[in-house]
Amino acid sequence: MNSDLIDLLSVGLGETLYMAILSTVIALALGLPLGIILVITGKGHVLEAPRINNVLGTIINILRSFPSVILIVLLLPLSRFIVGTTLGATAAIVPLSIGSAPFLARIIENCLKEVSFGKVEAAMAIGANPATIVSKVLIPEALPSLIRGVTIAVIAIIGFTAMAGMIGAGGLGSLAIRFGYMRFRNDVMFATVVILVILVQMVQWGGDLLAGYINKKRYKFE
Amino acid sequence: MITIRDLNKAYIMPHARINALENINLQVGQGDIFGIIGFSGAGKSTLIRCINRLEEPDSGQIIIDGNDITAMDKQQLRLARRKIGMIFQQFNLFDAKTVFQNVAFPLEVSGYPKNSINSRVEEILELVGLTDKARAYPLQLSGGQKQRVGIARALSNKPSVLLSDEATSALDPQTTYSILELLKDINNKLGVTIVLITHELDVLKHICNNMAVIENGRIVEGGPVEKFFLNPESDTARRFIDILKWFQDKKIYREGDGI
Repeated sequence: MNSDLIDLLSVGLGETLYMAILSTVIALALGLPLGIILVITGKGHVLEAPRINNVLGTIINILRSFPSVILIVLLLPLSRFIVGTTLGATAAIVPLSIGSAPFLARIIENCLKEVSFGKVEAAMAIGANPATIVSKVLIPEALPSLIRGVTIAVIAIIGFTAMAGMIGAGGLGSLAIRFGYMRFRNDVMFATVVILVILVQMVQWGGDLLAGYINKKRYKFE
Repeated sequence: MITIRDLNKAYIMPHARINALENINLQVGQGDIFGIIGFSGAGKSTLIRCINRLEEPDSGQIIIDGNDITAMDKQQLRLARRKIGMIFQQFNLFDAKTVFQNVAFPLEVSGYPKNSINSRVEEILELVGLTDKARAYPLQLSGGQKQRVGIARALSNKPSVLLSDEATSALDPQTTYSILELLKDINNKLGVTIVLITHELDVLKHICNNMAVIENGRIVEGGPVEKFFLNPESDTARRFIDILKWFQDKKIYREGDGI
């Protein structure tokens, strides 16, 4: 075992976590409102607006059609504009967030659509306004499935950071390419994969635990 | 109390136009328990959902308590809906909220004074007999209990009208009976006008004083409930009575001891 392994891995893991966490937060900030708008502007819903719904749906589909590496390259000028550079973890957060937001929006749309429309109608019949229906009915009712959905997205984003690592973003992905592949450092390659496996397992486990806790609370018999 | 004038509603399908409601005229008196009966697809659900505009009528007028519901904009409609309770066949309770929170929700929505919410919820839970379930979640309750929560939620903001969209159709006969007793009790104690739709003759017989029969989107018969059983005029009414008799005859024939 080479003595630099621990240093390399800790820096790589730090960068990966930094990218994944910040990208998730920003992607959520973009994707959650988009997902909500997609649902409530749908046919027969609380703020029906077919045109907005169509335009938004199309934009999301277009963004989702880009292969992720190409989307990252395309968004590099934007990174330079916002962060001032196209290299490093911080620069990667811009394309990572924008690339994951449409994906997250679709997941959130799906979760919210699982809430039976009868509950929305009940809230409408009570005289609640759209903002109350979204914040007090739709989101709480969909919470366990939202958590599971976001877990899927976080894992996808972790994979996405490894991809960004190929084009200069740093993190475990870049470590695997630069050391594991290009310098034939099998120990680095092996260790990065193990760390990524553990990371993904932990995220999934955490998500399941949280969603399970909420479900259990609602089903528990006294 | 409720006046419906020349109400029309059609669904436009790709290849057809379905007239769900045609020239509906109804008058529901203050304190009535008004039953609307019809077979599946007759338009009864559309009719009751038009009353609080969950379904938008194409034309016609609905007047509740002197206020023209059909002429309201969205904000006015929201305010009006706070005084029209509704209960559903599938209960439509909020699973993320406890029984207490479900019943408190309409109060929060209508800006009820915060320090009075507790006592109001407790009062209404006592009325429906669920005081001990305040902290339970809907998924932990039986069907009958769920509908009691639905009724409590519909009544918490002191509505003048209660709309019941097949509220007992998903319940067993015994639970149906207890829910009907509860509705009768509420009508007595609070003076709430109840409009209910049903396809069960028993429901009509048990609690309604006035009724209307709906057939293919048209009201074909109306009046006091006794008349429906003594002298059914419309085709639907006769069919309902015939089916009832047929089952009774069959049961007597099979089991030999009548109903």
